[in-house]
Amino acid sequence: MSWLLDHPLTVLTFLPLAGALIIAFLGRDAAARIRWVSLGVSLLAFALALKVFLDFSPNQPGMQFIEHRPWITAPPISYHLGIDGLSVLLILLTAFLTLLAVLASWTSITNRVKEFFLFLLTLETGMIGVFVSLDLFLFFIFWEAMLIPMYFLIGVWGHERRVYAAIKFILYTMTGSALMLVGILYLYNVTGTFDFEAIELQLAGSVQALSGTAQVWLFLAFFLAFAIKVPMFPFHTWLPDAHVEAPTAGSVILAGVLLKMGTYGMLRFCLPLFPQASREFAPFISVLAIVGIIYGSLVAMVQPDMKKLVAYSSVAHLGFVVLGIFTFTISGMEGAIYQMCSHGVSTGALFILVGMLYDRRHTRLIKEFGGLATTLPVYSTFFMIVVLSSLGLPLLNGFVGEFLIIVGAFHARPLFGALAALGVVLAAVYLLWMYQRVFFGPVTNEKNRHLPDCTGREKIILVAVVLVVLWMGIYPQPFLRRLDLGVARVIYRIEQGPPHFALKKFIRPAEPSR
Amino acid sequence: MITVQANDLIRILPQAILAGFAILVMVFEPFVPAGRKTLLGWFSLFGVIAAGAATVRTSFSPGLAFGGSVSADRFSLFFICLFLLVAALTLLGCFDYLERDNIHHGEFYALLLMATVGMCFMAASTELVMIFLGLEISSLATYILAGFKRHDPLSNEASLKYFLLGSFATAFFLYGIAFVYGLTGTTNLLALRERLGSSGSLFPWSPLAGVAVLLMFVGLAFKVSTVPFHIWTPDVYQGAPAPVTAFLSVGPKAAAFAVVLRIFLGAFTAAGSLTFWVIWVSAILTMCLGNLAALLQSNVKRLLAYSAIAHAGYVLVGIAAGPREGTATVLFYLVAYALMNVGAFVLVGHLAGTGERWTRLEDYTGLGYERPGVAACLTVFMLSLAGFPTTAGFFAKFYIFRAAIHSELIGLTIVAVLTSVVSVYYYFRLIVVMYMREGKTATSRTPLPWALRVAVAVSVVGIFYLGLYPGDFLLLTNLAALPLP
Repeated sequence: MSWLLDHPLTVLTFLPLAGALIIAFLGRDAAARIRWVSLGVSLLAFALALKVFLDFSPNQPGMQFIEHRPWITAPPISYHLGIDGLSVLLILLTAFLTLLAVLASWTSITNRVKEFFLFLLTLETGMIGVFVSLDLFLFFIFWEAMLIPMYFLIGVWGHERRVYAAIKFILYTMTGSALMLVGILYLYNVTGTFDFEAIELQLAGSVQALSGTAQVWLFLAFFLAFAIKVPMFPFHTWLPDAHVEAPTAGSVILAGVLLKMGTYGMLRFCLPLFPQASREFAPFISVLAIVGIIYGSLVAMVQPDMKKLVAYSSVAHLGFVVLGIFTFTISGMEGAIYQMCSHGVSTGALFILVGMLYDRRHTRLIKEFGGLATTLPVYSTFFMIVVLSSLGLPLLNGFVGEFLIIVGAFHARPLFGALAALGVVLAAVYLLWMYQRVFFGPVTNEKNRHLPDCTGREKIILVAVVLVVLWMGIYPQPFLRRLDLGVARVIYRIEQGPPHFALKKFIRPAEPSR
Repeated sequence: MITVQANDLIRILPQAILAGFAILVMVFEPFVPAGRKTLLGWFSLFGVIAAGAATVRTSFSPGLAFGGSVSADRFSLFFICLFLLVAALTLLGCFDYLERDNIHHGEFYALLLMATVGMCFMAASTELVMIFLGLEISSLATYILAGFKRHDPLSNEASLKYFLLGSFATAFFLYGIAFVYGLTGTTNLLALRERLGSSGSLFPWSPLAGVAVLLMFVGLAFKVSTVPFHIWTPDVYQGAPAPVTAFLSVGPKAAAFAVVLRIFLGAFTAAGSLTFWVIWVSAILTMCLGNLAALLQSNVKRLLAYSAIAHAGYVLVGIAAGPREGTATVLFYLVAYALMNVGAFVLVGHLAGTGERWTRLEDYTGLGYERPGVAACLTVFMLSLAGFPTTAGFFAKFYIFRAAIHSELIGLTIVAVLTSVVSVYYYFRLIVVMYMREGKTATSRTPLPWALRVAVAVSVVGIFYLGLYPGDFLLLTNLAALPLP
């Protein structure tokens, strides 16, 4: 028992897998029992994640809850876990969204229930593993292994074009991660270890450890893998397919957690390991991020399908996150991490809401609806709150992250800040316009007149979401406080290397030129 | 004049035992009534196990035997154990198949054992002529095995094709040996290495030496089916009985790789740059063509045949990485590959039903829900072949790539990782039809016989063991690679 208490990260990572194993031994017909077991396991995981979050000390620099033991002797690969400010929120987010996903699939998944929850829980293990691994190799294993349950979730329980979407998802992601594997191996070759902290120490210790070209190539190898996952603008085409075809729970997890792995990877690996290359590429990446924001918003505006609209809004929101990261300012990066979490909650909730409507009407086309506010008052209210949180209304969660990012962007380069602010306006346009067409006006379609409003289970999900939305919007301090040291460390690494003459201004615009 | 001593015999004890059992099987065959031929199968399996026990004895007295023509070192013992494992898995997987397809004759077992003997000699010989003899022994046996379904035109075609092209290839190999002898006056690999290594004069200057290397490489490239010498592979793998395909796709291939390692990384190190570029080019061609062609297949056996071609390409990457880095990783790869490929082919053979009627991809529709256990095992094999983490296939590729990066073959590694992404597509096609298509499977519904269950279980457990704790095994392969310089 005390062993379990001493290793919270291991327990948190493998608890869902243990739950999946229990489900594997339950009978195929015991659907109800399987649901309750998954709910129990995901609740337990969430409670544990909350405990880790509360125990996480905001004043202690470096990694916390470290676990370190050798796993494979040749090459030296260790089972090295730990979290810092960059990952602590994401673990909580993962556990929270998995819990929501289990609840959201309670009645909508009726066939192959056992396999569904088995894959969902396995997926949670993979996701948490990605966020807690401090060994590049271990990280890669979780990163890859997580694809398989996601692939099945999309491919088996998805909608019409599910097989296409599943294959596209896996091929895109694997192309990126294959190149990352080459990068990881190259780093191992240079440093003789897979341990993230050891590699960072070596690269930081001697500036010449990596030649300029090597750093650029390595940066690109890692960055491409993460950019595909995010997805950033030119690599985003897998996202609408995967999000739209996936079942509700799959979309929630995809948008809520999987996309964050890309941005997390940039923060955790790209920036600290290759600071010079990061600065070199920052302007290009920021431009791509802004293109993503505006392009994503414009495409979202014209979608006839609500789920696709939400999917494209993710492209825009993740553009904010990447922009925030590459401002290399405290506010930009903290905003980015905060935005990762609030996007996870808001977009996850949007997918759940669209899924609820789909369960009732089996369509997601905006033109099929209209005037739902009169027939579904409770549902409409929740939808409104989530829409407002997603478009960044002050006092709701979306505002904090976007505001910090825009402040950071202005600090870095005012034009970027201005363009990003335009993205906020566009978000309001596409979300409110969609809301107006679906909920306001007279009831246009007779089929919508007698739809049942939210059930008790649905209310529980939505109340939980709204509570989080309000808390994150009104009192973000407990979250932000925990980010400070982790972000400061990344910024320290970025600024430590020999300054690049052309980019020095870009990083610290306030510094007077001598 | 060579005098035979007790030690000489001990150093070829495993091969001798296998050959003895092969002959005994032939002797007993007429006395075993039809329908009870499985007895001969168990007898052969016992022979394989006995040979495995004999390797332990052999390992206590390592050294050269028969005037330096056979070597009992860790390298050869490693390969002998691998071949015995493959033979054992094939035997366990074939009883039911032979009975079902009405081709249950004792000769099958005798030929399988003889093929294994040949392969063992290929791996253990340090003398080109002995290697050639081993190659011929195993080839002749496998030619017949490929055509063992005498009444099936496809099987006949496979046998004929394999025989005709195979004889060409062995002729090439022999021609190469003749050149080597003409140039250096010896065919003993150890002597060759001394001569080439000390003077170093032969290679950069003599075009004939280059011809010799190329001829031998062509002969071996046929056996491991690298592009462009792979043309026979899909047809033979498709036409041969599935257990034979399982054996063919792993055994002779691994044996030929053992010879490649001994000749090109051992004796002919002086021919470094020429061999390197030949291997580099064929690795790229093999990985690209094997993986791309597999995308188009609709027959599971052909799909696995192209995948087998592609995997030969990854092994070549490991060989290109050079003796110091690559050899151990190649050995690791071959073992992982053996486990997943034999397992996959044996299962495919079972599902295909009498006369192998159901080998198309569509036949597997919905298998995941009708036979979850079988489908789960196939999925494990596919994931491992595709190289997903926690399976043996992942570490096999990982070690190869690591060795290649260490030898600064970054371009080659990038091609390798990208083609392995391509491979995910076709391995996942099987998973898609099993789990994501609605319908009833056409494949055989007979329950798995327990011998086959053992074979599959051994493969699956092995795959996960190597996928989770590869370190110990890598140490073993490092030891096995030591005898090669």
